[in-house]
Amino acid sequence: MKGKNRLRRTLMFVSAQTPGLVKEAYIYGADSIILDLEDAVAENQKDAARFSLYHALKTVDFMGAERIVRINGMDTPHWKEDIRAAVAGGADVIRIPKCDSAADVVAVEQYIKAVELEFNRPDAGTLIMAAMESPKAVLRAEEICTASERLVGIALSGGDFRKSMQTKYYPSGNEILAARGLLLLAARAAGVQCYDTIFSDLNDMEGFRVETVTGKEMGFDGKSVVSPRQIQVVHEVFAPSEKEMIEAERTVRAIRENAERGIGIFTLDGKMLDVAFLPGAERVLELAKASGLYKGDLV
Amino acid sequence: MEIKRMAMAGTLESSDVQITIEPGNGTIAVQIDSIVLNQYGRQIKAVVLRTLEDMGVTSANVTVVDKGALDCTIRARAECAVYRASEFEEQIPWGGVAR
Repeated sequence: MKGKNRLRRTLMFVSAQTPGLVKEAYIYGADSIILDLEDAVAENQKDAARFSLYHALKTVDFMGAERIVRINGMDTPHWKEDIRAAVAGGADVIRIPKCDSAADVVAVEQYIKAVELEFNRPDAGTLIMAAMESPKAVLRAEEICTASERLVGIALSGGDFRKSMQTKYYPSGNEILAARGLLLLAARAAGVQCYDTIFSDLNDMEGFRVETVTGKEMGFDGKSVVSPRQIQVVHEVFAPSEKEMIEAERTVRAIRENAERGIGIFTLDGKMLDVAFLPGAERVLELAKASGLYKGDLV
Repeated sequence: MEIKRMAMAGTLESSDVQITIEPGNGTIAVQIDSIVLNQYGRQIKAVVLRTLEDMGVTSANVTVVDKGALDCTIRARAECAVYRASEFEEQIPWGGVAR
């Protein structure tokens, strides 16, 4: 499936109904742009947002940034037409908000397939991302993660999740610690990506950096952002150190060279290595390349 | 498509365009107010007329208040205004034409 495991350090929300934001969204360098048809769009403007979305997808050059469309919830009358506009326009990923079960993912997948046929795009391979906002969803994360081959990753929507847990934002993050852990475990077990929730206080950049560091340490692949100001911070936090990059480069080179000679397990600098270390080392190099640190050609 | 009632789409924010469409008297009349009227007035009018032609609209009065919109935004707002004005309630034929 195309682009399923691409780098997604930053996923920036942009209202699909605001042309001034959409046309310039790529400038800030987010890995993925989430064109939002849901919360950012007033109920009586849902139709207008779809027209803006469709024409932006067909016309605007996003300069390589992934184009994710957040559709309206499946408890609304909008989600099917949202998918039709997004798939017809050529969106890369459909993001399901308030995803509560594997059945939600399957229903979206089936509708995407039907729409791809309707618009003569049978090989489009439109991907799926699921956002979880309720305790029920978090407890079902494992089944959600394995519901579709098209699912690239899952995300925690912290705002609504906090409300449903009868708590609020705390700088410690304790109120969503369990949910973060459960989502990460489910995602890693299923081999899909996992993205941390947004940080809404744009005046607290230090708090944002601390939360981003925590997310990286926990194992998230990236973080949803609501302002271009937050992108650089995430990219800095997720960039490998020079030492990590050099070690990864040597690891990748050594594993590949030994594999060509039929050697599966060996030692490098006194550490035992085998092919299981390859994906992690390649990911470090991909992060380094995206951060402008790595100029080589191993990834 | 037949324009059955007045309808509007778009906003007056920067980079957007607000398009109002009303039933006409057998022709297409376009009135444009734009911050870039001298440079792009003709192009804006051409995009609006082409969109209406593609949608089979032959009678309408159109008012365009442009705030520096790209062509794709003008087209998106014009299409939305037409669908609203024609009281179209079926699935939108994205990339095609509803008549």
